[in-house]
Amino acid sequence: MNLTGSLKSQHRIYRVAALPIAGLLAYVLHTPDGLTWLDAGILGFALATTGELISLPAWYSCRISPLQRTPVWRLLTTHLVAAQVLSFLWLGVGKLIARALSFVPSLHGIDARFDQRTTIVYAAGCVFYLLAVSFHYVSLAQDASREFETRAMETSIQAREAELKALKAQINPHFLFNSLNSISALTSINPSRARDMCVLLGDFLRLTLGLGEKTSVRFSEELDLLEKYMAIEKVRFGERLRMHEEIQEDSKICLLPPLLLQPLVENAVKHGIAGLPEGGEIRLAVERQNGRLAILVENSWDPEAPPRRSGGLGLKNVQKRLEARYGKDASLRVDTEGELFRVSLSLPAESEERA
Amino acid sequence: MSPSPVTQWKALIVDDEELARHVIREFLESHPEIGVAAECANGMEAVKAVAEHKPNLIFLDVQMPKLTGFDVLELIGTDVPVIFVTAYDQYAMRAFEVHAVDYLLKPIGRQRFDAALERAKGRLGTKMPTAHELAATARPPQQFLERLVVKDGTKVTLIPVVKLDYAEAQDDYVALASQGKKHLKQQTIAGLEAGLNPDCFVRIHRSYIVNLERVVRIEPYGKDSRLAILSDGTRLPVSRAGYARLKALLDERK
Repeated sequence: MNLTGSLKSQHRIYRVAALPIAGLLAYVLHTPDGLTWLDAGILGFALATTGELISLPAWYSCRISPLQRTPVWRLLTTHLVAAQVLSFLWLGVGKLIARALSFVPSLHGIDARFDQRTTIVYAAGCVFYLLAVSFHYVSLAQDASREFETRAMETSIQAREAELKALKAQINPHFLFNSLNSISALTSINPSRARDMCVLLGDFLRLTLGLGEKTSVRFSEELDLLEKYMAIEKVRFGERLRMHEEIQEDSKICLLPPLLLQPLVENAVKHGIAGLPEGGEIRLAVERQNGRLAILVENSWDPEAPPRRSGGLGLKNVQKRLEARYGKDASLRVDTEGELFRVSLSLPAESEERA
Repeated sequence: MSPSPVTQWKALIVDDEELARHVIREFLESHPEIGVAAECANGMEAVKAVAEHKPNLIFLDVQMPKLTGFDVLELIGTDVPVIFVTAYDQYAMRAFEVHAVDYLLKPIGRQRFDAALERAKGRLGTKMPTAHELAATARPPQQFLERLVVKDGTKVTLIPVVKLDYAEAQDDYVALASQGKKHLKQQTIAGLEAGLNPDCFVRIHRSYIVNLERVVRIEPYGKDSRLAILSDGTRLPVSRAGYARLKALLDERK
């Protein structure tokens, strides 16, 4: 909820509360030998309508000293000082009004009569301030929890969107059409390899769709998908595409969001290897250590390569999904070193026995 | 691959994937009037092969390492009919449609291939749209050139635009000054200007575009005109209109 909206609703509530407050004030102001009921009624109404002099500043002092994050001594001094100052101010306004009213013939002497009751008005101001403060703290807490709910909802929507995009990105049209073209070439050169490639492509699509439906997959499943993907790309790129894997055995049982690894490697092929006439190597290193899973994808690339379209979308998507799932507990780092392009991923190592 | 007596045409196949080249070669087998002069696995080879074989027809893949299909077209000129080949590139496809250039989509079908070939034969001798026009249409919106390709004889140089100091118009050419060297490129200065990011490059004069990063200061020079002093000491004339553009851009940056 935004600041002005919150203030407005408080203003509305105050307007409703002003009348009973006026009544209460009239009741405490009236004395048999001092202010008459008429005096007390008029002054009570005037003080109630100017009561926002106290309740509005109270709102600000609540905002600048949030209940949970302010030391007790500061809370006490802030509010005590504010209560004194504001009550004094309010009383001053009351006096001015009484003074002005005393010029009305039937209310003559009201200011002198009011002066007898200053202590009680002052005390009422303090009480009123403290009431306002507690009311504001409650409503601030409500706002905060509402905001928290909204944010949680937004995050989950964003996560869902990123998942969907990842799925769409998986079935990358460029990859699909090029693979079909390779199959088309193989049908006359080597029909049995063409058939193998059809099967590979079928497996790849099936795995992608299957994994995409889950919220968590074993890392070994991701590796299976990667293997299919690489086999297909190897048909296309031939000797130009080389892969080097260093995968720690215990990392394979880790659980992670699906389709996280393959887009990273696809990125390395599309933006790295495909831009090199002689091709290059992709190095995949995965390690599980101290409760963290570290994934490194490193590839050679041509820093001066013609810009490919939709560059970096795959990486951004992976980053968004990590953020949605782990918040600050996971990181994706991209760095380049001459002709090496490196993506390092670090996330909590969750595995089935613990989950 | 030696031309048979009936061969009247020499074709060049340019694609970085062996299997993709194979499909085209296979389809060409049923057209004995067309012989394959050479196959190239990248743009650099293609530029060389064009000079060497003088083909009548080129099959050109759009996405290749080092030089894209558009870069190749820019370097070889547009006297030869080109049939572009692409898997999926919505912007390139739109450019081909707009300029009525023939293109094939992977996987390539026999019928479409034959039709494209027929049309190419009919086009023999007619010019293609210029590579600049084509590349400009194929550039995704809000994207500017990131590098320039220049051919000097058979040598191809790539100049990243961040390393371009300034460009000077010279008749039908522009001289591109980069790192103390000048490279001649057949292009108009207006054509070059259109491809450069207007936040970084300013047309300071009818004949000059300057990289804003290189300008150290502006000095008055004669009545109504000024000089831009670059970080390497080069002095370039600034016209009145050029000064207004330069000033607007510098004010914007503040």
